[in-house]
Formats: sequence, C-alpha cells, structure tokens
Amino acid sequence: MGKVIVVTSGKGGVGKTTSSAALGAALAQNGDKVVVVDFDVGLRNLDLVMGAERRVVYDLVNVIQGEAKLTQALIRDKRLESLYLLPASQTRDKDNLTAEGVEKVVGALRTHFDWVICDSPAGIERGATLAMRHADVAIVVTNPEVSSVRDSDRIIGLLDSKTAKAEAGERIEKHLLLTRYDPARAERGDMLKVDDVLEILSIPLLGIIPESMDVLRASNIGSPVTLADERSAPAIAYFDAVRRLRGESIPVTIPGEKRGFFGKFFGRKAA
Amino acid sequence: MNLRRLFFRPQSAPAARERLQVLLAHERLSSEGSDLVTKLRDEILQVIARHVQVDNEKVNVRMERGAQVSTLAVDIEIPFDAGKKAA
Repeated sequence: MGKVIVVTSGKGGVGKTTSSAALGAALAQNGDKVVVVDFDVGLRNLDLVMGAERRVVYDLVNVIQGEAKLTQALIRDKRLESLYLLPASQTRDKDNLTAEGVEKVVGALRTHFDWVICDSPAGIERGATLAMRHADVAIVVTNPEVSSVRDSDRIIGLLDSKTAKAEAGERIEKHLLLTRYDPARAERGDMLKVDDVLEILSIPLLGIIPESMDVLRASNIGSPVTLADERSAPAIAYFDAVRRLRGESIPVTIPGEKRGFFGKFFGRKAA
Repeated sequence: MNLRRLFFRPQSAPAARERLQVLLAHERLSSEGSDLVTKLRDEILQVIARHVQVDNEKVNVRMERGAQVSTLAVDIEIPFDAGKKAA
C-alpha cells in the first residue's frame, strides 16, 4: 500500500505545484513508483510544469465521472518511467469532484503506487479539502512572509479537523516545506527566519528551498527542478526533503548560509 | 541617503513575527468558536436588543486584540423613547 501525500498551503503562488513535481520526480529518481495528481480543476498547471501539457487526453474528472479508465488517464513521464501524472480537468467545473469519486480514485492509486502526491489548489474550498481528505502525510508549503504563514496556520487547522484521519481520531503527519527562502534577507532582518516560522506554526521541518533562478528555469522548460539540474541548490534541497520523507534523519541545512565575506557582500548588493 | 537607509533602517522581520503571533493566537481560538471577545460582543448586543430597539447604524463596536490584553468598546446611541417602543 502506497502513501498518500497532500501538498497544500492555503495561499496561492507559494510553490505547491513546483514542489509536487520536484518531490514526485525526486522520489521516482530513487526508483519508487510515483503518481502526482492535480486537484486544481479549472486551473490545471501540473501538466505544464512537468512538461506533459501536450499529452493530456483524459483527466481526473473524466475518471470520476466514469468517462475514462484510470489507466487511460495516467500519463507516464518521458524521462522517468516510474513517474506518472494524473491531470486535472481544464474545462469542467470543480463541482464535478465528488467525495466518493475522489475516495475511489485515491484508493485505487494507493494500491498501484508507492507514493500518491496530491497537488492541492489554493484556498480552503472543495478542491483543497478533497485533496487533503485521504492523505496520510501533509506537506505544508510556506513562504517566509506574513500572509503565507497565516494561511498555512489555517490549513494546519483544517488538516487536524477535516481529513479522514482526523475524523477517525488519528493524527495526520504534517511537515513544513519552507520555499523561496532568501538567507541574505533573513540575515538582514527583513525576512522571517526559519526558526520564526517553525515557532509560529510548530510542525516539523521537511526542508528549506532557497529562492533561486533554477526553479523558474525548470518550469520554463517543463521539467521538475530535480530533473532539470540535479546539482542546483533547490534540487539538492528537494532531494534532502525526500530523504526525510522516507524517514531518514539528516540535519537541515539553510541553503547558502555558510558564505564567506565576498558572498555576503555580493548577496547584499544583489538584493 | 541610500547609505543611511542601508545602515539605519530598522529590521522588519521582528514586527512580522510579533504580529503573526498575536493574530494567530486569536484566530486559533476563534476557529474553535471560543474567541471570548467575539462572544462578548455578540452577547452584549443581544442583551441590548432585548430591551431597546436600536438603529444598527448607531451601534459602533471596536475591538483591539492584543497579546496580553484585548479591549472591546461597544458604543450605542440609545434614543430617549427607545425603551417604550420595545416594551
């Protein structure tokens, strides 16, 4: 039985889709069988970020409505043969996502894959609550910025009350993924530090993804950042996050923090 | 001017941290339906409405949520003959 992970945040634009693609690819790069599911009905983008936008035939809503089989809707990644994508519908209304339908699809995926990664839409409505509904593990993507932290706090509240696990009296495993972190700005006191965010949200840290050009470059070419440039800082941070997800205990390093005098000097100037 | 800004500008992250801590402390309580200030506000207005017919536009409620102390100010204009009408 595979593990179901929801990648969620409340706020939009913090990096849920980028992170879903990068984590999914990183898990598959280790040989695990992974499916990444786009729950953002009406505004799908995971297909684009993963470079599969021209190969979408059927989608999640087609499967739920019984118009296509699950195997017909799954798209296999061209670079990694154990990585699959289940796209969201672009044209249908999000009301087509039914609780029973989602439960059936996620249940079926769980039996075929090691990891089922649910990329949640922003907000706290139907799409978001259904994406988290059957998760074993939640990854809360947060930027070191007040509105993102506030929305993450709200999402953590929903994870603890509205998921199937929570309703059964169990605890859902929650992890914080801090994205777009800029150590130079944090050091200057103009960005919330890692410890600030951890203290406020009080959930364990899965990883820190540095603010980086490599993330935009990867989405420009339609490749998860862990595949586009395996040795870039964000890719390394995602690989570390995946190791922690597997239960390895490795220390969290703050990317770019150990910089010499020149690094600091230029870091200031650039920002 | 630029140098001055670079060296003397106060840090903004501590303010972000403090504002979030206060805000979230209150929001966590209110999502469990137990935010005292909100409850007091609603109940005070209910009690007043029971006795006096008040024009909604003449009700002014202010709340200030703080880390240690919150304040609630309810300012209601009660017309001279309001009591008779309600009775």
